[in-house]
Amino acid sequence: MAYSSAEQHHEPHSFWTRYVWSQDHKVIAVQYTITAIAVGMVALVLSNLMRLQLGFPGRFAFIDANHYYQYVTLHGMIMVVYLLTALFLGGFGNYLIPLMVGARDMVFPLLNMLSYWVYLLAVLVLMASFFVPGGPTGAGWTLYPPQSILPGTPGSDWGIILMLVSLLIFIVAATMGGLNYVITVLQARTRGMTLMRMPLTVWGIFVATIMALLAFPSLFVSGVMLLFDKVLGTSFFMPAIVSMGQALSYKGGSPILFQHLFWFFGHPEVYIVALPAFGIVSDLISTHSRKKIFGYHMMVWAIVMIGALSFVVWAHHMFVSGMNPYFGFFFATTTLIIAVPTAIKVYNWVLTLWHSDIHLSVPMLFAIGFISTFLIGGLTGLFLGNVSVDIPLSNTYFVVAHFHMVMGVSPILVIFGGLYHWFPKVTGRLMNETLGKLHFWVTFLGTYAIYFPMHYLGILGMPRRYYAYDNYAFIPASAQQLNAFITVAALIVGVTQLVFLYNLVHSTFRGRPAGSNPWRATTLEWQTPETPPGHGNWGAEQPEVHRWAYDYSVPGMAQDFVPQNSAVAGGGDDHDQTVVKAAPRRGRKKT
Amino acid sequence: MAQRKSSPPEPPLTSAAGWQGVVVDWSGDREAFKVPWGKAMMWVFLLSDTFIFGGFLTGYMTVRISTTVPWPNPSEVFALTIGGTAVPLILIAIMTFILISSSGTMAMAVNFAYRRERVKCAALMLATAALGACFVGLQAFEWTHLIVEEGVRPWSNPLGAPQFGSTFFMITGFHGLHVSAGVIYLATVALKVLGGRYEKSGNYQIVEIAGLYWHFVDLVWVFIFAFFYLW
Repeated sequence: MAYSSAEQHHEPHSFWTRYVWSQDHKVIAVQYTITAIAVGMVALVLSNLMRLQLGFPGRFAFIDANHYYQYVTLHGMIMVVYLLTALFLGGFGNYLIPLMVGARDMVFPLLNMLSYWVYLLAVLVLMASFFVPGGPTGAGWTLYPPQSILPGTPGSDWGIILMLVSLLIFIVAATMGGLNYVITVLQARTRGMTLMRMPLTVWGIFVATIMALLAFPSLFVSGVMLLFDKVLGTSFFMPAIVSMGQALSYKGGSPILFQHLFWFFGHPEVYIVALPAFGIVSDLISTHSRKKIFGYHMMVWAIVMIGALSFVVWAHHMFVSGMNPYFGFFFATTTLIIAVPTAIKVYNWVLTLWHSDIHLSVPMLFAIGFISTFLIGGLTGLFLGNVSVDIPLSNTYFVVAHFHMVMGVSPILVIFGGLYHWFPKVTGRLMNETLGKLHFWVTFLGTYAIYFPMHYLGILGMPRRYYAYDNYAFIPASAQQLNAFITVAALIVGVTQLVFLYNLVHSTFRGRPAGSNPWRATTLEWQTPETPPGHGNWGAEQPEVHRWAYDYSVPGMAQDFVPQNSAVAGGGDDHDQTVVKAAPRRGRKKT
Repeated sequence: MAQRKSSPPEPPLTSAAGWQGVVVDWSGDREAFKVPWGKAMMWVFLLSDTFIFGGFLTGYMTVRISTTVPWPNPSEVFALTIGGTAVPLILIAIMTFILISSSGTMAMAVNFAYRRERVKCAALMLATAALGACFVGLQAFEWTHLIVEEGVRPWSNPLGAPQFGSTFFMITGFHGLHVSAGVIYLATVALKVLGGRYEKSGNYQIVEIAGLYWHFVDLVWVFIFAFFYLW
């Protein structure tokens, strides 16, 4: 089989085939990234509108209760699925997998191109729901039936239908892309690139993609059935129900079934966005602290273990739905066990930083910021993983604070770090460092300003999902001051993202030329003959890999990094050394 | 493949012992599995698809338990009256026989593809597709029977639980779409085989890959058959 797919299809020449209907993984990655950032900006504006209502209730007349719920729903859905999943897998995955494993492209470029266009269709269908009668759905991002499809919920006609259709289309796109990413990693690596020499970025995206291929089917199934309940009047999820004084024709369905199906997708989804972040942050930390990653093997196994465990914890999202206490015990236990591989990773990042030559570049700042936010969010996860603690806290702002710290802000910080880090390879230019640092500090400190008070609000008992908090005697008046403070912080962070967008656009055209390897990194994508890499990535010959990805500051070398395709002796990881040691030992036995 | 012979990879990474040796062997460079990427991709896709059918069948089992109305007796619902006597499950037995037979013709087609007997290969693939089309046709007949004569709808069912109709049309419909897609897929590949397309590239893997898909659709049918008609 010919793996060098660049030889199969000739280099495109016209503008349309090169930048629009492109089958080049690098162009598709940029398309995915731009689309995801654009739709993410919509979600950011929605979150700021929500905060305006919460911080200054009644001051903004156009935000009524229906709009508020629509903002909540669309903000959540866009951020989790259309921004984070698409950007990590479609953006970073597309750009980095072939370059980091030394391939010329994905194994099936046509399918890869279709994946983007189908994703764009999903985004457009979702955006269309803003313009239909009744507006987008306001069912909450989990779309729990029966309320998601019954009148009374905003957008219960066209909004929910477009939402579900958009999700089904997205799943098709994610499957087409995902097949490519998994098979490219498994079957199209260059010579010498063993699995245990792959950069952790590739490991993270690889395992996350496998998870996506196994978790999205569950969302697909629940989406189809919910759509049938809405459109055809079937009763998969609908029990006998009285709505607005009238008995409906539904009966005999199981709403809990939807929750199981949804969370069988929903929990792995957390790690679908977290594992690529873990991988990328490992590479950022190692590169910018000029030190080999601590415990590479453990890092890989931790990624695999987290991926596997995340399929048996889903019902911890359903403790308040009620379940057999033995099931609660089981799911609480598995949830807490995930803390072990996760803690291994955090320790390893910190131990990589320990006594290293830390360069506080913008990507490194975001990577360190990630460790901080992820640690906080992870620790509150241990609280919520226990059934008895989860039940009183589950419907409060404590949960909002928890999941925004651990799977909202943390992956976003890594996305920023990754964009600042790989931007020079994509465009050949560096992003402005001053603006980058401004962006980092406001975003990072703003994160704490927004979410730290929410923990207190949650413990005070402030319920989440409410549109207004008037006339609830148990919420003290001081809570409103905190809410106003959070809103101001959120608005500042929101506006600061414009600095990032300006930096992105400005640097694309006016940035300082970067050279081919501005961070003096070891991984293959920085060793391409051209920057930005040309069609087929590697010129005449694919690189040959001789070592792992983390040969930084190897004693006795001319430079403080040794590229993976360098054939000089020395360096290498523990793994390669054990292999080299094992061979002569065997030889001695034979003689 | 030719590349590998010309310059073997170094250092030899398969010399570790024990558990570590297993890891090293499996994680060697370039390919994890010694198969073409297309076949590996089909396997991964089918794994993903398994989860979709698994989800549908789980949903079916759950609503069958949760519904408050008795479930219709499948051997009566799916009976055909032939010569005055109701024969239970006769139609579905024929359909299952047809689909299982088509897996046989598919396996023979793969065999002839590797022998480079492209006319026999294409003929057997077209026979497979024809059997698949027969299956879909009989399914359409069964749907018509249920809808027109029995009055079953996705949202209602005069014979008992409405979830019977919902799950039946959804799951057999989704499977029927898979069979229909497979018929088109097989026919396309068969015509390409006949046209000598793979003679030029010397690569008949695509026949086997299409076969994987077809056998999967068959296997799924066995599960649907067991869960729907025999339970």
